[in-house]
Amino acid sequence: MSQAAAAPPSLAKGDERLARRSPLRRLLGRPELGALLGAVVLFVFFSAVADAFLRAGSFSTILYAGSTFGIMAVGVALLMIGGEFDLSAGVMVTTSALIAALVGYQLTLNLWVGVAISLVLTLGLGFLNGLLYVKTGLPSFIITLATFFMLAGANLGVTKAVTGNVASDSVRDMDGFASARAVFASDVELAGVTVNITVFWWLLLVAVATWILLRTRIGNWIFAVGGSAASARAVGVPVARTKIGLFMGVAFCAWLSGMHLVFAFASVQSGEGVGNEFSFIICAVIGGCLLTGGYGSAVGAAIGAFIYGMTNKGIVYAEWDPDWFKFFLGAMLLLATVVNLVVRRRVERAR
Amino acid sequence: MTAETGTAGAPLVRLEGVGKSYGNVIALKDVSLEVAPGEVTCVLGDNGAGKSTLIKIIAGLHRHDEGVLRVHGEPVTFGSPRQALDAGIATVYQDLAVVPLMPVWRNFFLGSEKRRAFGLLDVPHMRCTTRDELLAMGIDLRDVDQPIGTLSGGERQCVAIARAVHFGAKVLVLDEPTAALGVKQAGVVLRYIVQARRRGLGVVLITHNPHHAYPVGDRFLVLKRGRSLAYHAKEEISRDELTALMAGGAELEELAHELESVSGTAAEELSAEARTLGAGGEGRP
Repeated sequence: MSQAAAAPPSLAKGDERLARRSPLRRLLGRPELGALLGAVVLFVFFSAVADAFLRAGSFSTILYAGSTFGIMAVGVALLMIGGEFDLSAGVMVTTSALIAALVGYQLTLNLWVGVAISLVLTLGLGFLNGLLYVKTGLPSFIITLATFFMLAGANLGVTKAVTGNVASDSVRDMDGFASARAVFASDVELAGVTVNITVFWWLLLVAVATWILLRTRIGNWIFAVGGSAASARAVGVPVARTKIGLFMGVAFCAWLSGMHLVFAFASVQSGEGVGNEFSFIICAVIGGCLLTGGYGSAVGAAIGAFIYGMTNKGIVYAEWDPDWFKFFLGAMLLLATVVNLVVRRRVERAR
Repeated sequence: MTAETGTAGAPLVRLEGVGKSYGNVIALKDVSLEVAPGEVTCVLGDNGAGKSTLIKIIAGLHRHDEGVLRVHGEPVTFGSPRQALDAGIATVYQDLAVVPLMPVWRNFFLGSEKRRAFGLLDVPHMRCTTRDELLAMGIDLRDVDQPIGTLSGGERQCVAIARAVHFGAKVLVLDEPTAALGVKQAGVVLRYIVQARRRGLGVVLITHNPHHAYPVGDRFLVLKRGRSLAYHAKEEISRDELTALMAGGAELEELAHELESVSGTAAEELSAEARTLGAGGEGRP
């Protein structure tokens, strides 16, 4: 604790820091901790009130529900750590799905071509969000609110113009459907339990995102641009490129989720996805991401999505009125935000 | 690049009659200054004296439009802070350019991350280096993983300086490093400045506090309204004379007159102080 021989005059300074870093406080400093405790409490709670909750089949259903939101929550969490929002994330999933379905069906192409075109265009949308943000300097909240409405309108308008209907035509009989379904929407048998492949995509994304955040230079930059963009710029971090990359990360997640929609249901409802952007943000915030940026984790967002899925399905298994789901969600968001506030105050309290 | 090793004591940075105007406002005129290795050059002045303009020229944020700026003897004009950094001149601003929520070691290496194969961060090396560099400067952090926001103002200042030193700075420009600090914390930073000087760095210390400048400084430049009021080596000037130059004995007297109408006693005390200071200060041009 005390100073080494290098600078004996500084001895007095060390005293101020005594008794500051107990293991418990270190644990409390982890962004995921609040979410983890919440998940355990909810799990125990639903296990007690709902008999069907503990069955392996139910667990797989919960994981599936978690994964459909969790995949997006990874991208959204990274973006939020980088200090920005993407309100267009919900409808972008639908846009991505519609592009693949419409291009494949209308041009009678192998569906994999539609999948590839969808990837390029969706990444382009993310790039556009980022570019608009960087070039105008407007809050990302406003920029993506605008693109949210534009995409929501375009989804409906284009689908109606092309198919004369509010949904895309079924692509079930097209070339490449079976193989693409195997990749994006198949069921996998694991130890006697049927698990949707999205669960594995989700876990893979979480692992990759965690690795990027903690063990690469890009991860350092993401924390820095979210924590203090001006400081990051001053030490030579490419702030604009990092932010654009994060918006494109959200777009990539939207593409993966969109492909699941196409190959799970074969036809895409053009009005879908509105409102989901808030669910993704809720998952990230429950998982410990600060709304102001610079703090959070991909694992936390995954736990947030798991809580989301658990609450969503748990209410059904407990045979309650599912209308109350949103009430619980709101209450948890409030709780999570208060926990975050406490964490931030503790961390930022300069001595 | 050549002068640094050959002739010991040759100036790292030298300003000769440097001036700078913003439109029709003359911010700086005919200022000369030297920064030698292992020396601390203090720039003193009140608000608006031209201190900020001076460091912005040295740091590469602004170009001077009069006089010559020499680095290692070569005349240069910096186009960007990056160029100044590459020439070995690192500037630590008041806001320090740190990200409060990030761990100390991540802040230390931010923008210059050390990597291994496949773009992997060399975390153990960075943790270790941060720890050692801070220890070498007399700051013993038990945990370099704590967010830098939990450090005291003085410690944060020291981390920012240590970072500049580690990444090859030969000249440190410190912008009011003690301004926002308490007495004890200011002491920590001043001690650190002495450490940096002992390592053979040239330091430019910008401050408006002569009590902080005098104990660590080797040369003193006093600026007033964009002009050089005085430039002395330490042996040519006493602490009181420096304080008098800074406070401006004549100005204190003016202030005393103004205050007379408000409070008689305050004005008396002030004019008495102005006389004492003036006795030392006015003797030197």
